[in-house]
Amino acid sequence: MEKATKKYFPIFVLPTMIAFAIGFLIPFVYGIFLSFCKFTTVVDWKWVGLSNYSKIFYVNGELDTTFLHSLWYTALFTLVSVLVINVISFAIAMLLTKGIKGTNLFRTAFFLPNLIGGIVLSYIWLMIFNSVLSNYSKTIVSTQWYAFWGMIIVVCWQQIGYMMIIYIAGIQNIPGELIEAAKIDGANAWQLLTKITIPLLMPTITICTFLTLTNGFKLFDQNFALTGGNPAKQSQLLALNIYDTMYGTTGWQGVGQAKAVIFFILVAIIALVQNKMTTSKEVEQ
Amino acid sequence: MSKGDKEVSTIRKAKHGGILTVIFTIISILWIAPIFVVLLNSFKRKAYIFTNPFSISAVSISKGFDRYMKGIDKAFCGLLNYSNAIEKTNFFKCFGYSLFITVGSVLVIILCCSMCAYYITRVHNALTRVIYMLCLFSMIVPFQMVMFTLSKFANILHLSNPMGIIVVYLGFGAGLAVFMFTGFIKSISIEIEEAAMIDGCTPIQTYFKVVLPILKPTTITVAILEAMWVWNDYLLPSLVLNINKYKTIPIAVQYLKQSHGQIDWGAMMAVLVLAIVPIVIFYIICQKYIIEGVLAGAVKG
Repeated sequence: MEKATKKYFPIFVLPTMIAFAIGFLIPFVYGIFLSFCKFTTVVDWKWVGLSNYSKIFYVNGELDTTFLHSLWYTALFTLVSVLVINVISFAIAMLLTKGIKGTNLFRTAFFLPNLIGGIVLSYIWLMIFNSVLSNYSKTIVSTQWYAFWGMIIVVCWQQIGYMMIIYIAGIQNIPGELIEAAKIDGANAWQLLTKITIPLLMPTITICTFLTLTNGFKLFDQNFALTGGNPAKQSQLLALNIYDTMYGTTGWQGVGQAKAVIFFILVAIIALVQNKMTTSKEVEQ
Repeated sequence: MSKGDKEVSTIRKAKHGGILTVIFTIISILWIAPIFVVLLNSFKRKAYIFTNPFSISAVSISKGFDRYMKGIDKAFCGLLNYSNAIEKTNFFKCFGYSLFITVGSVLVIILCCSMCAYYITRVHNALTRVIYMLCLFSMIVPFQMVMFTLSKFANILHLSNPMGIIVVYLGFGAGLAVFMFTGFIKSISIEIEEAAMIDGCTPIQTYFKVVLPILKPTTITVAILEAMWVWNDYLLPSLVLNINKYKTIPIAVQYLKQSHGQIDWGAMMAVLVLAIVPIVIFYIICQKYIIEGVLAGAVKG
């Protein structure tokens, strides 16, 4: 059978592979190459070695902290969003698995914002934030911290429903007998949570943590539409910083591409750690 | 199974179910309130959107009931914002492009990627292994890494139109789709296909008549995940498409903001409502599939 199928390579695989080459493979490889070049389009490249990479941190012999700033701003943003989203969605999931009336309706409501895209979502909140803040003569981009918490609220609104769905599925998979047995042994609610529910939920917690982690790290649309990186590039997350370098300043495309390579490496490291953690968990079970 | 579920739910059952229902009703309403605030303001005059977005009147109630009631008339402007917004963004055209690109991409991704996944699971050689690894690899690469080169190549290859962008979406979305399909195909027993082949089916016939119908659950999952991605995507189409000619809905929303940062908030509110309504309708119709799809996607991705 394998032999008969083998001949059909052009029909089965070729269309996907051609598109894959155009949409991913060639741009990726060429992107790495261009990060060592000075260019404005893809054909006028000039090899410059590592100068793009050094320009990320040093410009004309002076330290440029824009990228470093956006790096730690992104790290902090990711950390806070991971914590807030997971804690709240876990709490909601716990309460929505207690068989209360209207559970399905609540689940539907909480999940709805997740379907709305980042751009539309951001303008909804931009209107609300700015009209509330205008009472205090402030806007969402008054300081980088207004922008920070604004973005946190937006991503929470978007992702809590999503994570809640995953947590609900995880909680429902915990065998009822275990909880019953622990109750008979005299465990109180806190002990049930910390000794039974959370340990058994570790695979789900790992999934949700990494989903929120990569979502936070790669966030672009909300940052772009809500704050635009203002005030003065202070609220730029990494993805927007790369975009801004590439399209905002002429002659800096190479530096932008070099930043993108660093960004890719960081995201890849997160993904590898996740892969290691989830596969080792699977073995344990 | 259903008996087991019942037992579980009695064990977990909350003591104060009634109070929790009330609390959650309030929280749920607050949770989707922003959408209703936008809906309310989409009918209000520009000038009154920011002065008091949560009120239905132009005048505060503290100034007396009569003036408050008169303020309601003053604040609302009927469908003016909508006609304004539709004209400014050419909304129905954008909606058409968004729909065409999303439906086209999803169909093409499902067809091509499921076929590709079938081939690489059933044929074992170095090439198929490499293809599988590349697909896995592409899933961890952020779009920023390829955005510049991809948009320039798309330009050179004349893919800067709604038809061409489908090819780009197939290429960039192939990783996830192939990964999900291979996961499922591995679990199908090969005997059914062998039987079909012995009965005289060619591999193509076997695929379309036997394998594709079995793939239905994964097909729905992939369709939901890719549709959510493509419909809401902003950066890729804004870089790949010829923006002067073709705008999708997210691009139209973003471009209501003018280059100097000024926004016509009346039109913006109306466009946001117009952008949300199709999503809500889609959600209500396909809710079950969406939640299942998201779940399957999250656990595997």
